[in-house]
Amino acid sequence: MTAPPAPTDRPERKYWLDDPRNVDKIFYGLVLICAGLFLADFFYHKHINFAFEDWFGFFAWYGFVCCVALVLLAKQMRKLVMRDEDYYGD
Amino acid sequence: MIEGLNPALILVCGSLFALLVPQGLVRNGFLLILPALSLIQLLGLPDGQYAQVALFNLTLTTLRLDGLSFAFALVFHIAALLAVIYAWNLRDPVQQVVGLLYPGAALGVVLAGDLVTLFVCWELAAISSVFLIWARRTGRAYRAGLRYLVIQVGSGVLLLAGIIVHIQATGSVTFDHLGLGSPGATLMLVAFGIKAAFPLLHNWLQDAYPEATVTGTVVLSAFTTKMAIYALARGFAGTELLITIGTVMAMFPIFYAVIENDLRRVLAYSMNNQLGFMVVGIGIGTPLALDGAVAHAFADILFKALLFMSMGAVLLRAGTVNGSELGGLYKSMPLTTVFCIVGAASISAFPLFSAFVTKSLILEAAAREGHWIPFLFLLFASAGVFHHAGIKIPYFAFFAHDSGIRCREAPMPMLVAMGIAAALCIGIGVFPDVLYAILPYSIDFDPYTTTHIITQLQLLAWSALAFSVLVRTGIYPPELRSVNLDFDWTYRRLLPVASNRIWALALRVWEAFNAGAERRVEMLIAALSRHHGPRGLLAATWPSGSMALWAVLLLGVCLVFYYL
Repeated sequence: MTAPPAPTDRPERKYWLDDPRNVDKIFYGLVLICAGLFLADFFYHKHINFAFEDWFGFFAWYGFVCCVALVLLAKQMRKLVMRDEDYYGD
Repeated sequence: MIEGLNPALILVCGSLFALLVPQGLVRNGFLLILPALSLIQLLGLPDGQYAQVALFNLTLTTLRLDGLSFAFALVFHIAALLAVIYAWNLRDPVQQVVGLLYPGAALGVVLAGDLVTLFVCWELAAISSVFLIWARRTGRAYRAGLRYLVIQVGSGVLLLAGIIVHIQATGSVTFDHLGLGSPGATLMLVAFGIKAAFPLLHNWLQDAYPEATVTGTVVLSAFTTKMAIYALARGFAGTELLITIGTVMAMFPIFYAVIENDLRRVLAYSMNNQLGFMVVGIGIGTPLALDGAVAHAFADILFKALLFMSMGAVLLRAGTVNGSELGGLYKSMPLTTVFCIVGAASISAFPLFSAFVTKSLILEAAAREGHWIPFLFLLFASAGVFHHAGIKIPYFAFFAHDSGIRCREAPMPMLVAMGIAAALCIGIGVFPDVLYAILPYSIDFDPYTTTHIITQLQLLAWSALAFSVLVRTGIYPPELRSVNLDFDWTYRRLLPVASNRIWALALRVWEAFNAGAERRVEMLIAALSRHHGPRGLLAATWPSGSMALWAVLLLGVCLVFYYL
């Protein structure tokens, strides 16, 4: 199934993402994009169905809060539902 | 085009002939031509009812083509073709045959105009599909397949019961809008609900799909659940209960998806979540919502197939799809990485990708009808799906920490299939009108409004920000080798343990009863032996002299009485 391992006699290619500083760059890039999108609410007229959609940056912070809540709840859920890998004896 | 010929028959019968065709390029060509022929037949048929057969006093319409069935039939063909290309290097006759037999049965379901044909195809799909799981040929897959089969056939039995009750009550065998309110329809709703993975009826999906073969999971992901969505859209459009069911379905699987380690199982959970959106659309029941459900099913088949194909390629090359063991694969499998990201962007509803133009129909319909609670939950689920399917899948498989796994890129046929699926996902996103044109209610909707683009980007970017912050602060739960208990625990653990306990208890009661009875019998024997045994008074052997003495005494007594 698995392919033969890569030859070890030559040094492996260094990838751009291997450098943690570049990962930081991506992160700060994302922060900038988020800030820009949040402020975008100043510049256009929202077509909405519900009043809450008109709250400033609603979709931005709702997405953020939901994801944090999702992860924190799921983490707590692990205590309840996580078992050893061979729990069912397969 | 042959007048009135059911395209499903081409696939079902043709797939059985595949075994007679020599293995290799010839058989591959044959397997590719079958769905192509079936597709040509489908495209050539005008809307209408065909192939009516009389069965006893019922008239069956085995082939009905209208807007709703056409959209599903079309995407089923695309999925079947993609799977054939993806499995080009596969030489397993079982998977080759079932890989078209099962789609053929599913096609029969969406083209069935009556309930009897629906049932026959429903069961054929159930029974044929299990071989895609068993084809993995491991004990684990065998057991998972058995559990899958029991539940699938169970759905068929409920459907049959519902159909019989329905025909008894109405005298009609036509498969049209049923709605809740009669016992027959309720039974059918449960039967459809099992295959659509309603909450608590869902777990066969996450249990079995990740245990199937590399190709098997890709094929399975397209058909069973979507034919159930079709059946719900046909029979239960506008049933309000479905809004609640769908909302719950969209919500709870995302929590499991976050903590699940097997990335194909993560996809199975996210599929359950996407089915929830479709069920909500069907529950709302307006033309916009129904078109949304159909469009989203169409898009979902393609991006879910793409995601399962990319994870299948990882399983093939790296030998595992456990998030805890993967990472850094973008170095070895760059093209697969790109295709996976396209699938991830599509399921996450990024502008220019497919779900952006399909899921928004459902959300817009929910909003227009004033369903604000489902709307907020679906928005939560949209953020959640980006989180676990859009980011988690590509991140843990291809990026994250480098696992050191170095393998080859996916084989060419797999890349071709993924490439076509990726192109279709982007194509739908860029040219939504092409998809909208084949929807049953031909709605007029523009997904690319400023509001929609910006609000969606805000939702996605800030969800990505949440992920990044949680990962960088170490709060994000690590991928762990583990099993997460879900509803399958009730029948894989609770029921066996409970039945074992009850059995043991019954055994103890039986033994106690037996022991008591045995003691009584022994006491009886002891008493008998005391009186009649060898030393018993009543059974002692007496000398004949004493016998004669007693006889004389007796006679003497008689004589005395005689004279008195």
